Amino acid sequence: MNRRAGWSWAALAALPIGFLAVFFVWPVAAIVGLGLTDGGVLATLSSGQIWPIAVFTIGQALASTAVALLAGLPVAFLLARCRLPGVGLARTLVLVPFVLPTVVVGLAFRVLLPDSQVLAIVLANAFFNVAVVARTVGGLWSHLDRRAEDAARVLGASRLRAFRVATLPALRPAITSAAAVVFLFCSTSFGVVLILGGARYRTLETEIYLRTTQLLDLPGAAALSLVQFAAVLAALVIGAASRRRRNATRAGERPGEKLSAAPDGARRPAGGEWWLVGAAVGTLVLLLVPIVALLARSLHTSDGWGITGYRALLTGDTEGTVAVSGLDAALNSLRTAADATVLAMVLGVLAAVVLVRLRRTGGARPVAETLDTALMLPLGVSAVTVGFGYLVTLHALPGDLRTSPLLVPFAQALVVTPLVVRIVLPVLGSIDDRLRQAAATLGAAPARVWREVDLAIALRSLVAAAGFGYVVALGEFGATSFLARPDAPTLPVVIAELLARPGEQHAQLAYAACALLMMLTGAVVIALDRLRIAGRAGGLGEF
Amino acid sequence: MLPKSRLLTSAVSLFAIGALTGCTLIGDTSQPESNTVTLVTHDSWAAPQQVLDEFERESGITIKVNKSGDAGELTNKLVLTKDNPIGDIAYGVDSTFASRALDEEVFATYRSPHANSGPQRYDLDEQHRLTAVDVGDVCVNIDTEFFAEAGLPEPENYRDLANPRYRDQLVVPDAATSSPGLAFLLGTIAEFGGGWAEYWGELKANGVQVVSGWEEAYGQEFSGSAEQGSRPIVVSYASSPAAEVSPDGSAPTRALPETCYRQVEYAGVLAGTPNTPAARTVLDFLLSEPFQRSVAESMYVYPARADVDLPESWAEVAPLPDKSSSLPAEQVQRNREQWVAQWRELVQE
Repeated sequence: MNRRAGWSWAALAALPIGFLAVFFVWPVAAIVGLGLTDGGVLATLSSGQIWPIAVFTIGQALASTAVALLAGLPVAFLLARCRLPGVGLARTLVLVPFVLPTVVVGLAFRVLLPDSQVLAIVLANAFFNVAVVARTVGGLWSHLDRRAEDAARVLGASRLRAFRVATLPALRPAITSAAAVVFLFCSTSFGVVLILGGARYRTLETEIYLRTTQLLDLPGAAALSLVQFAAVLAALVIGAASRRRRNATRAGERPGEKLSAAPDGARRPAGGEWWLVGAAVGTLVLLLVPIVALLARSLHTSDGWGITGYRALLTGDTEGTVAVSGLDAALNSLRTAADATVLAMVLGVLAAVVLVRLRRTGGARPVAETLDTALMLPLGVSAVTVGFGYLVTLHALPGDLRTSPLLVPFAQALVVTPLVVRIVLPVLGSIDDRLRQAAATLGAAPARVWREVDLAIALRSLVAAAGFGYVVALGEFGATSFLARPDAPTLPVVIAELLARPGEQHAQLAYAACALLMMLTGAVVIALDRLRIAGRAGGLGEF
Repeated sequence: MLPKSRLLTSAVSLFAIGALTGCTLIGDTSQPESNTVTLVTHDSWAAPQQVLDEFERESGITIKVNKSGDAGELTNKLVLTKDNPIGDIAYGVDSTFASRALDEEVFATYRSPHANSGPQRYDLDEQHRLTAVDVGDVCVNIDTEFFAEAGLPEPENYRDLANPRYRDQLVVPDAATSSPGLAFLLGTIAEFGGGWAEYWGELKANGVQVVSGWEEAYGQEFSGSAEQGSRPIVVSYASSPAAEVSPDGSAPTRALPETCYRQVEYAGVLAGTPNTPAARTVLDFLLSEPFQRSVAESMYVYPARADVDLPESWAEVAPLPDKSSSLPAEQVQRNREQWVAQWRELVQE
């Protein structure tokens, strides 16, 4: 790399790193710093009260991740490998839980499992995250060359052994990547634990919330934040280490091989595969239960069935209890999510491009690993900490962002960007560098090389990443709810506000709004899948 | 493979269409003008658009609303930002959190001309930094139909709740995570003094159910609300029965006046605001007749002014309780954390 090229790479990296520094590191450091200077952090750390909470946090996150993997892998198989009617529908369905408000899902699981709180927490967390597993792993799976597996079968391996020897090792990057994301989501899961854990089961996240928002015990919150940070960092470092080890064992493999071989691997299932299909259908049915219950509830009125909730929602005839009509809130949701997605795509793709470049330059590998880990951190740090951090820092920037409507998409982009990186990075990383070299030799300028090679190959994954990011932003509530929100609420916020009011008409409105949010999500996912099919090129690791 | 370029084109054009039809917030951020006042408030804020429009027309001031969590979260945000306030006026700091805000000098002195028509009854400090806007008492609610059908006399007071006759019938929101939950705990402390822990032991033995928020307690577990849960006694608000009135005017639920704890919500001009005169005008507006008349139906609270009538149906099914208990703000501030911690230990055993 000559010096000029080095500078232009640094310029590319500056945007995502700058964003992370201003909208994550600075606010978090400021609010934790306030707690540290107040003293008392050591007292909290040594009180012994914190450790059972930390252990429970990690334990429930691990258990939830395991359940999400167990439930999600068969669905991934169904989406990637099976040519059956209804698979397209399943692809949409699996994403719907992601946007359901945690309050609503929490309440549903409480009804389902009134007496086993821990199980309810684990299942509810898994419910939200099956999509991450199904779509990450499914994306890679659909591009795996089936011939390796078939060869193993011909050589006499059982289906299970063929899977273990030929398929599983190839899927591992996607599985660990999905597991890392799910673990981070679950360890910071907030609403679910609050509702299902009651007074008894607390996590670092709910405890940070209590100390920050109710008690204003900043030293206590800072102590808990440090523990949370350490736990998340440890998880990420372990993940990165296992990734490195894996890369070392696969040293002989040439990058790019997978991308050139992307046959349509979907067939009718045969023999024992039907068991997997059965398991996948089982998962899907379980995902459907709360969804159908919600839809039914939205049509249920005090005197039978009806659409009063929907009518009131769409006409805005809500007796002044909600500031906006359902349609306005839906539009707000779409706009906010659009802004968050565009921002996250710019940041995430830039970061991925830089990461790929750094990994190629031998000496810069540790820098790449550090940056990669840093980019994931926002998923593992409390939304309360970030939200309160904004309050004590952002006024120093021109045009006080703290009360601007733009802060909401900024906060959402913080959550979406790591997901974009996780989706796009594997694809960009496995593009054969010789293609770029060839293009350069033929006289293409660097930007042109990127457009003709990287963009052309990764386009489908980019669209998939944007789609998944959009869905996450649509349903995002955690980060949003701790900001000083302007009076232009998104649908999840409206739902939470409606549920906090007495009276049958508010309940009906809330559930109708939930249904509207699900339908919006379905429409977005279907539209994006159309787009994806329109451009049937290679692509890896997409959702 | 042509579709690839088509895909790019359609992706770009989709985004362009989105941007053109306003599918973005960019460009939406109207610069705050000098006659815009930012009102920082809690998530329950609601007001009829008509009343707000009228105020804007008369005063030339536009109110920009910022919702900032529940009363506790709101108070803490105000404390953290007191040197660089996120607004000009705040509304929604309640009697439970008020003394923290006063200690931290979040609010500036201002006595509204309307302050003597009722709000003065709830005054907290002599400097008049906070003015009461509304009262939202927390009371035990019961499902009257349940007791009629079961042939049980209706419970009336705290002692009854511990009576084995009402075993497994009470559901309360968590005092650590819910503001009505905390108010009910404070109510039992006001009632029993040092014996409150013992009383909670009795409630526990009598099968009290603790859930994280009011939404679960009232919305889901309570048998008298829309979801028709299984418990006929719940901690909610004095005003809740008004929301359950059926078309014929009768209410299937009732608040127990002997179990009420007074919660007052205050407003005050923020000390750091550069916009003091306009912020004061907005505080006057919050105490004006049109706004005070709207709070009952918009936010399920009672106006602080004494000369504003409640809606007709309220007078009958949800009158303002006249003997609500309360604790001094400093006592609450001093002991809240320890009480809640002790309460948690008690109920989770």
